[in-house]
Amino acid sequence: MTEKTLKSYMDTRSNPALAWIGLAIIGVALAALPLLLAGFVGTAWVRITNIAILFVFLALGLNIVVGFAGLLDLGYIAFYAVGAYVYALLASPHFNIHLPFWIILPIGAAVACLFGVLLGAPTLKLRGDYLAIVTLGFGEIVRIFLNNLSQPVNITNGPQGVTLIDPFRIGTLSFRDTETFAGLAFSGPIKYYYLLLLVLIVVIVINLRLQNSRIGRAWEAIREDEVAARAMGINTRNMKLLAFAMGASFGGIAGGMFSAMQGFISPESFILVESIMVLSMVVLGGMGNIWGVILGALLLSFAPEVLRYTVEPVQQALFGRMLVEPEVIRMLLFGFALVLMMLFRPAGLLPSATRKRELEAATNGARP
Amino acid sequence: MEAPLNAAPAAADPSSRALLEGTAISKRFGGVQALADVSFSIRPGEIYGLIGPNGAGKTSLFNVLTGIYDADGGSFVFDGRPLAGLKPNDVAARGIARTFQNIRLFANLSALENVMIGRHVRTRAGVFGAMLRNASTRDEERAIEKRAFHLLDYVGVSRRANDLAKHLPYGDQRRLEIARALATDPKLLALDEPAAGMNATETASLSRLLRDIRKDGTTILLIEHDMKLVMSLCDRVLVLDYGKKIAEGPAADVQKDPAVIAAYLGGDVALNLKGA
Repeated sequence: MTEKTLKSYMDTRSNPALAWIGLAIIGVALAALPLLLAGFVGTAWVRITNIAILFVFLALGLNIVVGFAGLLDLGYIAFYAVGAYVYALLASPHFNIHLPFWIILPIGAAVACLFGVLLGAPTLKLRGDYLAIVTLGFGEIVRIFLNNLSQPVNITNGPQGVTLIDPFRIGTLSFRDTETFAGLAFSGPIKYYYLLLLVLIVVIVINLRLQNSRIGRAWEAIREDEVAARAMGINTRNMKLLAFAMGASFGGIAGGMFSAMQGFISPESFILVESIMVLSMVVLGGMGNIWGVILGALLLSFAPEVLRYTVEPVQQALFGRMLVEPEVIRMLLFGFALVLMMLFRPAGLLPSATRKRELEAATNGARP
Repeated sequence: MEAPLNAAPAAADPSSRALLEGTAISKRFGGVQALADVSFSIRPGEIYGLIGPNGAGKTSLFNVLTGIYDADGGSFVFDGRPLAGLKPNDVAARGIARTFQNIRLFANLSALENVMIGRHVRTRAGVFGAMLRNASTRDEERAIEKRAFHLLDYVGVSRRANDLAKHLPYGDQRRLEIARALATDPKLLALDEPAAGMNATETASLSRLLRDIRKDGTTILLIEHDMKLVMSLCDRVLVLDYGKKIAEGPAADVQKDPAVIAAYLGGDVALNLKGA
């Protein structure tokens, strides 16, 4: 589906009937999805879907920094880590603090936001590859701190991570238990799915609105030409910090939800490869295009899981035994897919209008 | 009108209500003295030319004025207040907008978006306004778009509003840059070679546009190599050579100045001036 048709289905003003029917179908499908998944392929797939939605959050957050403002960030997963640890430390037996999630999530977002500014402030004058190197270092610093802050005072519990993290609770309703309602069993992951879906809608709306606003235009101006942006009165320092802060806050919220869903976190979840994965989602989907980024995040989250469940049976059927580990195949196919992408759709699966025109012009210009 | 040719830094006359007063501006790049004690003053409502051979320091003066470079010495007083130490965005907020010698549009954004970005400094909506999209933000957005369309129309590129800036013809790009600068509601519009690369027809229509802008109340500072344009358009002219001021005064007086003619080695400019 191209972006245009997608938009006509969602444009409630110019084509109300079609749009509302379209939205209703999408709504019902999304609402039924976890029940169908749990019923037919197992609750594991609901968990996989939830993690995929978390990665959509991350990709959308990174898209603000990379896609809108044009600041290449290779340490983005650090903000996810910060959000996750803030939640874990404030809602687990580790410090014996058990705050409710609606207090911790904003705290996590705020702390991640602070880290975003901490990263942004010293890198204001850097661009492109130089910025990428510094952000990469920042991501590693955060991870190494998490790994080693178990001495002399045990804050993060080091490589063992934090366990027994509280799930979300609203009153007596815990997101870990299964409830039965109207003959349907709503397990923990299914409830998280609905919550994530709700937050996802809010996040998408915020992103769309930011993009078409005074702030979004200022970010695009910085991406296009920083000197001209400043000469036009845009405070590039504040706008870049804002981009880092906004992106980081999204990461922080996603991290908090990750913590609550998993019940256990350790520094291992926040390695460099994860940052690269999120960046790949943004690039693969189409930098700067919100729908493209969502598509990229979903594809790259689901593909490895599909492989995990199919590689072994397929090999068993073909060769009678397992020749190549799923993990190896996964990286092989991932690399192959990226190479193909760069050859055939360099602007991403759903490129932003701008980026598409940019690349087209570059290719046309290259021809004599 | 007083025309202090070859004058030493003009003593700031307290009674003059200059819009922009530059006093003893100096800028050095390594061993090159790009600007040496340049003093000048621009009166409200005039079109003030800044000319000189290549490398004379014209663009350096622009960059120092607009805060892209810090001056090594000297000071600017704009609209009654000093500009010292301001960042480019603060200078724009104070009311000086500029264009660039090598066009610096936001190439991959539409013409309209380019001008809308120019409104940034005169509008308020922040992150929360953008996220909540409340009534005042929506009103502001509408006002921004309306003003941007109006400005595109004013400079004559409204029919290309939705085209990418980089796909506009060269002359239209120059005009779009002017529209973007005007969107910041400047008191002083600083144009760096707006007629460069234009043919005679385009230059003539640019000249009309600049007169309109002045008539509508914006003072213009103009760097230009097209002497015909400078002499027909500018009220007063500042001539730089090797970073030094060699003349300042009404265009007609400056073009007779022997120091100015000598600066433009070879005399083709002198011929041009006679032609004008």
